Amino acid sequence: MILFLEQSLNGLQFGLMLFLLAAGLTLVFGIMDTINLAHGSLYMVGAYLTAAAAAASGSFLVGLGAGIVGTTVIGVLLEVSVLRRLYHRDHLSQVLGTFAILLMSNEVVRTIWGSQPILLNPPAALAGPVELLPGFTYPAFRLLIIGVGLAVAALLYVLVTRTRVGMQVRAGASNREMALAMGTDVRRLFTMVFGLGAALCAVAGGLLGPLLAVQVGMGESILILAFVVIVIGGIGSIRGALMGALLVGVVDTCGHTVVPMVLAQTLGAQAAATAGPAVASILIYVLMAAVLFWKPEGLFPAHG
Amino acid sequence: MTMKLSSPALRHAALALSLACASLTAAHAADSVKVGLLSTLSGPGAGLGIDIRDGFNLAIKHTGGKLGGLPAEVIIADDQQNPDMARQTAERMIKRDKVDFMTGIVFSNLMLAVGPPVFQSNTFYISANAGPSQYAGEQCNPYFFSASYQNDDMHEAVGKTVQDKGFKKVALLAPNYPAGKDAITGFKRAYKGEVVLETYTPLSQLDYGSELSKMRAAKPDAVYIFLPGGLGINFIKQFVGAGLSKDMVLFGPGFSADEDVIKAVGEPMLGMFNSSQWAHDLDNAANKKFVADFQKEYGRLPTLYAAQGYDAARLIDAAVRDTKGKLDNKATVRKALEAAKFDAVRGPFKFNTNHFPIQDYYLRVITKDAQGRITNRTLGTIFKAHADSYASACKMPS
Repeated sequence: MILFLEQSLNGLQFGLMLFLLAAGLTLVFGIMDTINLAHGSLYMVGAYLTAAAAAASGSFLVGLGAGIVGTTVIGVLLEVSVLRRLYHRDHLSQVLGTFAILLMSNEVVRTIWGSQPILLNPPAALAGPVELLPGFTYPAFRLLIIGVGLAVAALLYVLVTRTRVGMQVRAGASNREMALAMGTDVRRLFTMVFGLGAALCAVAGGLLGPLLAVQVGMGESILILAFVVIVIGGIGSIRGALMGALLVGVVDTCGHTVVPMVLAQTLGAQAAATAGPAVASILIYVLMAAVLFWKPEGLFPAHG
Repeated sequence: MTMKLSSPALRHAALALSLACASLTAAHAADSVKVGLLSTLSGPGAGLGIDIRDGFNLAIKHTGGKLGGLPAEVIIADDQQNPDMARQTAERMIKRDKVDFMTGIVFSNLMLAVGPPVFQSNTFYISANAGPSQYAGEQCNPYFFSASYQNDDMHEAVGKTVQDKGFKKVALLAPNYPAGKDAITGFKRAYKGEVVLETYTPLSQLDYGSELSKMRAAKPDAVYIFLPGGLGINFIKQFVGAGLSKDMVLFGPGFSADEDVIKAVGEPMLGMFNSSQWAHDLDNAANKKFVADFQKEYGRLPTLYAAQGYDAARLIDAAVRDTKGKLDNKATVRKALEAAKFDAVRGPFKFNTNHFPIQDYYLRVITKDAQGRITNRTLGTIFKAHADSYASACKMPS
């Protein structure tokens, strides 16, 4: 029972962080019709800036704030200088262009901070466990991640459904040509969306940094998961990103626990030890294939 | 117009050309020593390869840019932690650069990919880290020398420590690749108690939440992990964050608890026990010089990877000196390598019949030293003159 509870919380935590990344990615893909492989690099830059600022200031919160601001600025600069020229190109050119940015940012980060992972520890107050129920403790820092993730999701909901900007974002995701025809200032909207995506990446990077290692190339593996999430959730839809992310988070985490257990019962401990992790890792891709088979547009598509 | 291949002029030209080539190669053998250092210099495992490279280069600096009295040329390349890349680069080093020795690989799966072409070309491989059990036992090869250890040994040393300290229930965790499997096999060889949980995770997995939940449910009193580099960093932070460090003592092999991991984790690591065939506080003259100069040159404390890179270079240096630079005679080079007449920074060092070291293993613990730095402190010796368990399966051709 405790195991189940802990795994659900882990899945929720992982899913919410994936959501932060997927939200930015799906908006860029949905509104600007741009595949942005450099999204993972913004996540990495966010983590590095947070670590550097936290080390310089001695406070995790200050570090996180600096990381968010810094990454947003870098994201906006990137959009204005490079990505803007990729919007009317075909997807292949976008993939190649943003992949180049990914490689370059890896090397830039390596040049500045070196190849070894750098230190980013959670604030001392949150480094230990917290007792949620009698006999059930859970790491305080992961609870913080869940809290921040839910808060950001709520903020995004308010932004997208209750503000003028949000209305334009939804219109752009739904039907870009029509939104343009209705007078949306496209350039500013795009820059803003990209900046927002960068800020979300920075929050995810700064929060996951203490949990996982802050190292060069950390963006690649989570970027793949983010793409899986937006495919499952539906391109351009933030609700889809949230549902998709939670689904992927929970399936992946629980899969890692349940699959070896099931294999151990049916095929024996040795098979569970070797095949278990492999099968658990491909579960989310099986899920994506299943969703694509039954609902090719995703679970909550933005376009009608 | 046809050329008659048997024309005298052409025959003379061919003869002259072959003589010139022969003299060129003969000159190459005496002129300089070429070493191919192929290691992981990018990606999450880069820290380990960089340390091997820096240790190796420091040794060359200490011998004045020479190996065995001959000018040394070290060709450095990145294997990108990819077996195909590693094999291609190794073949290029052997065929195009014609290296005399090869070294540097960190990960055992890359070693198993690079081994065959290197051995087939009769080039000596001095391993500065990877020590797969395959090359210690049935697939042992006269051209393979491990200047580091055999993968199982570090883990066996910790297994013995855990057994001696009286822990009854242990959880094991390692990545799902050859060295990970060697690790658990080695540990279980020396530890005879109950294993309540044995998990293999993918090499790419960074979040150990589910493994930690399972550990909490299994309630061991000690946890043994083999998680090199970035993987170890993540696990230890998450382990402490989940509060498990209060109920379970954490053990690891030296590579999960060396300076690179300490620098990235910090305080949460205090109290972790680990085994190593080398420690920076070992009290011998060669080691003191190595540690002091490494700090001066690179501004950080060396890890055991750096110590292995350094010893590998010193081994090559001794072998080249003993053969007086005649590297073409592979049999004498091999004998010189087998003799291993050099002062290793790790203390007493000699080779077993399968070209793996017979050496001491020490128990270290992570504490704060006199200057307040978090680092390893040697507590004692676990194994003295320990030989690996695969030597008997090796039928080394003479």
